[in-house]
Amino acid sequence: MSATSRSVGLQGLRYRGGTTMWSWALHRVSGVGMIVFVAMHVVSAFLLQNLGSDVGKLYNTVFESWIFQSFIYFCVIFHVLNGTRVIILDTWPKLLEYQREATWMQWLIFVPVYGLTLLVLVQRALSGG
Amino acid sequence: MLRSRTVPRRGWSLEFVMWVFTRVSGAVMLIAGLLAMAGALWLGARTQMDLATLMRWTFFPNPNHVINSNIPDVNLGWVGAFWQVLQTLIIFFGVTHGFNGLRVVIEDYVSSIAIQRVLRALLLVLWIAVMAIAFYIVFTS
Repeated sequence: MSATSRSVGLQGLRYRGGTTMWSWALHRVSGVGMIVFVAMHVVSAFLLQNLGSDVGKLYNTVFESWIFQSFIYFCVIFHVLNGTRVIILDTWPKLLEYQREATWMQWLIFVPVYGLTLLVLVQRALSGG
Repeated sequence: MLRSRTVPRRGWSLEFVMWVFTRVSGAVMLIAGLLAMAGALWLGARTQMDLATLMRWTFFPNPNHVINSNIPDVNLGWVGAFWQVLQTLIIFFGVTHGFNGLRVVIEDYVSSIAIQRVLRALLLVLWIAVMAIAFYIVFTS
């Protein structure tokens, strides 16, 4: 049986890359999320500022909702922290020995920063801000 | 169909240049954000705006981002050549970083070279269009 016709099924999801594999996957998802947002936001800002269009206002209502903000802040904070880790480890390859520790440190920073962001967003949503 | 990848040639290739660019632009955006935030605090953001407005300014120091805050006059300090240069840098590095990332992700999952080329051309057009619109906004706001 050739390698490509082999049935893998759910076992395929069990690639054991560990924490850094999840970072890699989340980095892609958050990156795509941000570029789609930025591109749409540039277009909506143009519609709103230079044409006074209602479509621009509609876009802004979505962008200002706490659900969308929770998503985009997750993307930004995760992508920045993970990107910084990648830059540091790529610049000083000797540190790759500690890449697991670096990943844990990254989450140690992410959890309180994103937690506070969520707290502020939910508080504002509940108070109708 | 699964297809093995060709080994890229050594030296200055698009992939190598963009690999370096991704890291440099990431660091530049981080510094630009810190600079925008520090500038806002220096201009009086602590008493004149809420956290959400400060964050919007941090990501992109455009006067439209602070127009609904308690700043008495946006024209005093929040508009000008310095912020326009910073916005231009953020747009160039951010949009290029993002569209190159999209190219890398797409080319990882699309194995047909012909479709890859079509999508690459589409991304090139979108990249230039988004940057052009953003520059227009920066210099008319």
